[in-house]
Amino acid sequence: MKDFNYHSAKDSKEASKLASSNSAFLAGGMTTIPSMKLGLATYKDLIDIKNIKKLSGIKVSGKSVIIGAATKHVEVANSKDVKKAIPSLSSLAEGIGDPQVRNRGTIGGSIANNDPSADYPSACIALNATIHTNERKIEASKFFKGMFETALKKGELIEAVEFQIPEKSSYQKHPNPASRYAVVGVYVAKHKSDVNVAVTGAKSCVYNDKEMAKALSGNFSSSSIDGMDLDSSDMNSDIHASAEYRASLVVTQAKKAVDAC
Amino acid sequence: MASLVGSRVERKEDKRFLTGKGRYTADINLANQTYAIFVRSPHARASIKKINIDKALKSSGVVSILTGKEIADDKIGGLIAGWAIRSEDGTEMKCPGNPPLAKDNVNFVGDPVAVVIAESLAEAKDAAEKVEVDYKILKAVTSTADAMNGDTIHEGIDKNLCFDWLLGDRQKVKEAFDKADKVISIDIINNRLIPNAMEPRACVADYNAASEEITLYTTSQNPHLSRLIMSAFGNVAPEHKLRVVAPDVGGGFGSKINVYNEDIVCSWAAKKINRAIKWVAERSESFLTDIHGRDHVTHAELAVTKDGKFLGFKNETIANLGAYARVFGTVTPTYLFGPCATGVYEIPAAYTNVKAVYTNTAPVDAYRGAGRPEATYTIERLVEKASMELGIDKTELRIKNFPTAFPFKQTLVHTVDSGDYVAGMEKAKQMADYKGFEARRKESEAKGKLRGIGVTSYFEACGIAPSAAVMSLGCGVGLWESAEVRFNPTGQVTVYTGSHSHGQSHQTTFAQIAADELGVPIENIDIVHGDTDKGTFGMGTYGSRSLAVGGIAIVNACKKIVEKGKRVTAKMLEANPEDVEFKDGEFIVSKSNKKKTIGEVAFACYLPGVRDEMKSPLPEGDEPGLKETSFYDPSNFSFPAGTHIAEVEIDPETGHVKLEKYTACDDFGRIINPMVVEGQVHGGLAQGIGQALYENAEYDETGQLMTGSYMDYTMPRADNFPEFNIGYTCTHATTNPLGVKGCGEAGAIAAPPTVMNAVIDALGGQEVTMPATAEKVWKACKNLKKSNSKAA
Ligand SMILES: Cc1cc2nc3c(=O)[nH]c(=O)nc-3n(C[C@H](O)[C@H](O)[C@H](O)COP(=O)(O)OP(=O)(O)OC[C@H]3O[C@@H](n4cnc5c(N)ncnc54)[C@H](O)[C@@H]3O)c2cc1C
Repeated sequence: MKDFNYHSAKDSKEASKLASSNSAFLAGGMTTIPSMKLGLATYKDLIDIKNIKKLSGIKVSGKSVIIGAATKHVEVANSKDVKKAIPSLSSLAEGIGDPQVRNRGTIGGSIANNDPSADYPSACIALNATIHTNERKIEASKFFKGMFETALKKGELIEAVEFQIPEKSSYQKHPNPASRYAVVGVYVAKHKSDVNVAVTGAKSCVYNDKEMAKALSGNFSSSSIDGMDLDSSDMNSDIHASAEYRASLVVTQAKKAVDAC
Repeated sequence: MASLVGSRVERKEDKRFLTGKGRYTADINLANQTYAIFVRSPHARASIKKINIDKALKSSGVVSILTGKEIADDKIGGLIAGWAIRSEDGTEMKCPGNPPLAKDNVNFVGDPVAVVIAESLAEAKDAAEKVEVDYKILKAVTSTADAMNGDTIHEGIDKNLCFDWLLGDRQKVKEAFDKADKVISIDIINNRLIPNAMEPRACVADYNAASEEITLYTTSQNPHLSRLIMSAFGNVAPEHKLRVVAPDVGGGFGSKINVYNEDIVCSWAAKKINRAIKWVAERSESFLTDIHGRDHVTHAELAVTKDGKFLGFKNETIANLGAYARVFGTVTPTYLFGPCATGVYEIPAAYTNVKAVYTNTAPVDAYRGAGRPEATYTIERLVEKASMELGIDKTELRIKNFPTAFPFKQTLVHTVDSGDYVAGMEKAKQMADYKGFEARRKESEAKGKLRGIGVTSYFEACGIAPSAAVMSLGCGVGLWESAEVRFNPTGQVTVYTGSHSHGQSHQTTFAQIAADELGVPIENIDIVHGDTDKGTFGMGTYGSRSLAVGGIAIVNACKKIVEKGKRVTAKMLEANPEDVEFKDGEFIVSKSNKKKTIGEVAFACYLPGVRDEMKSPLPEGDEPGLKETSFYDPSNFSFPAGTHIAEVEIDPETGHVKLEKYTACDDFGRIINPMVVEGQVHGGLAQGIGQALYENAEYDETGQLMTGSYMDYTMPRADNFPEFNIGYTCTHATTNPLGVKGCGEAGAIAAPPTVMNAVIDALGGQEVTMPATAEKVWKACKNLKKSNSKAA
């Protein structure tokens, strides 16, 4: 790992002021540190945001769950309030990586990084989330732009993620047995007026499967998507799963999610 | 005094390990030490045109940069294969040179070409990035099956073939097959594995200019053997000027048998720069450069009668050696594999033919089980297939072909001294509720799941290796073990063993043995190992040999102590040595109340006189002191055996395989510490199940390792396993005084075919290669659905 400057920001303002084209925010460090150790990334400055009080914590109201960006996965997994309001969200957090990762990794870091097989982006899409930054509010559907790409501008800091509480929901992940990231993860949420079927792992970026969502809006039953033949031409293919297998998993995991709702 | 052998004595080493006080190689820091980073080939096959170190030398903190040229100029030898194997046509095997730093050619990704030594680790890393190596990239050979058709990797080694070896009689086998009602045949792959010891390799080399002695601290399973190899073949220093210390070592599984490039380079360079050098592998270096295991492609056939008697067996295997032949590289796919491939069965005619090939991949060598997992996988998959094709119950078919009389002369090499395979099978069936399987299968079916059951009966030859026997087979060396038992004047005992504990609990089990033999409390016994300056020569720990060979050396040395004790007691108490009995730490003159404790005898041995009297407690001819040494060369291998049964449930929609039940019923002979044995069985099973369902080392066609981190190489985790159901039968080995057989590798040997037989059973007999990943199984489920709907 190359030498770098470490800064600990006391508030959002200081954090974004310190940011440059050669810096990264340090939340859990679960992505940043390994990439630096492997020489895949080098930064001149790391700006620690864990000490910014405002960024941590969970607030639940009648309609929404707001999670501070620096809140750790373990906190979401163990939160009684989240469990009550959106049980599928706490179980998603509980299924991320391993205990070490959950004890450090944060929701803000996860969605800022937008790994194509990360879990949280699917929750944002399925639960009509709004991403609060120090500058603006961004709808989830406009936030995730592509592989490791988001709508965030340089120095823009995520402060919180606001999830809409659905009528029912379930997240079903088929984990990569090695890393435990999602080979395919499907988050189904039934809201009052719509159904979302958010898919992670299958393509270069999380997406809402409109075809399945439509079918489920008509009839919220796994039978309405059973046997659906998805186009696999733009799906990922690697040593862990072919595109064809991923396409089949998307339907299977979606069915499981509907059944579990 | 109650016997300690057989009881669950708590591990003496645990306090140290659990409180973070273990002392591993990376914990050692010497005064004025430097740090080494190796510059490694990023290409699988290339010739080195030029190495430019000018820029790197100017980098801050650099002490020295050495390349293959300097090491060749200093006539430092390369890495070696320990066993010479002869081909069927009588020619000797062909091994390329394997210099510690490549000079002209690199042959796998990770092959080291230079070492950068600097004042700090960060400076060494920075400088290493500035070493410029100009490579001419050549076409890599990576496939085991096609290696013989690829470009020639090593000059003069035609078809990349190291040897083409035969064990058995082709003609007899042909005759047996001519008589068969049916021939069962199978094509299988034994997938390549990466051992993944928890502690990565490391070494610290030090040079003492005054004594001209090199000391190497290293992560080795066999420090004495390492010293021998580095001295005799590496020319690093004469043995008396080279001390090798392997302190606490965090797991080996075979991957730390070899002397590695880094050991030789750091030892040599420490003398050259006259400073200590430290090197610690990063995990990615472990993935790339630790030896890998398995990697066989096999076609096998079994000739049977229609009522299920086995008549003949053929085994045609291609074994991948990787880029170079290393210490156990050539013996693993031959003598450790071939003889065991006929399994626990009476098969009148058999042969094993192995073609060992070079490829541009990391060297392949002994990994937990070494040859025997591959052998067991071959025969047990074949037998299971036979049971399906013959329509005979899988356990009945096995029992029908078990030997019932012992010693059992196995088809190819071994004479198995003891065992009771039928009893093992019956007990395993009972433990696994074999009878209840059909009901459980129906339950799974009702949930839309497929359930399968798989069986394996295995034996293995361990306790390696009786010198006369293995050398008569054409092997280069046999492997005895030594022990020294030293009484201190005040009565505690230090036992020096040539074997090495890196997870095997020798500090406890060996102390249990010595405590029973000598009648000394276990707290007063220390086991010392891992340092060529302490104790006599030793061969180390692998091949489940520590107890069956090393443990016996301890017993024998203890017996010599007791013999001397009897003579001394007789002299002290004015009795005949023949009338002195030894029991529970006391020498008793029979039919009298005269006795001496072993502590008193030890004291007398160290203070052989009586004040104011001209008198010695020592008989004529006995020297003072109480210390005995034994070198034990076993008369035969030992042969653990057993039956394992697994049950899996498959979700046909995702292909996910869930291991529902695992039963292991093993015969390890006498068990010294059941808790330690359970630990060994659990670990072996985890690795064996890992091979069947999760682990796979994969190279792409250019020779890049695709599974070079834990993000891609699936190490099994605790939640992948059910609670293991473990039991034993016990027939004592007749070839050693403890009656022990060895338990370190059994789990890794038996589990792969057991689990795969269950998976394939659930899939209606469809072949799936290891690891049975969800996608492969999903595809098989789709085929099954298709063929079922056709049938319906
Ligand atoms: C072994 C392992 C297994 C894993 N398994 C999973 C898994 O199963 N599922 C899964 O979803 N994830 C998994 N992860 C990823 C993990 O969940 C982390 O959450 C993720 O790595 C990023 O979070 P972090 O807090 O560690 O971010 P960091 O590593 O600290 O930062 C990552 C990036 O996000 C940016 N960033 C961080 N916080 C903010 C913010 N508030 N605003 C703007 N930008 C920000 C940083 O600048 C940086 O570029 C795994 C990671 C590891 C190491």
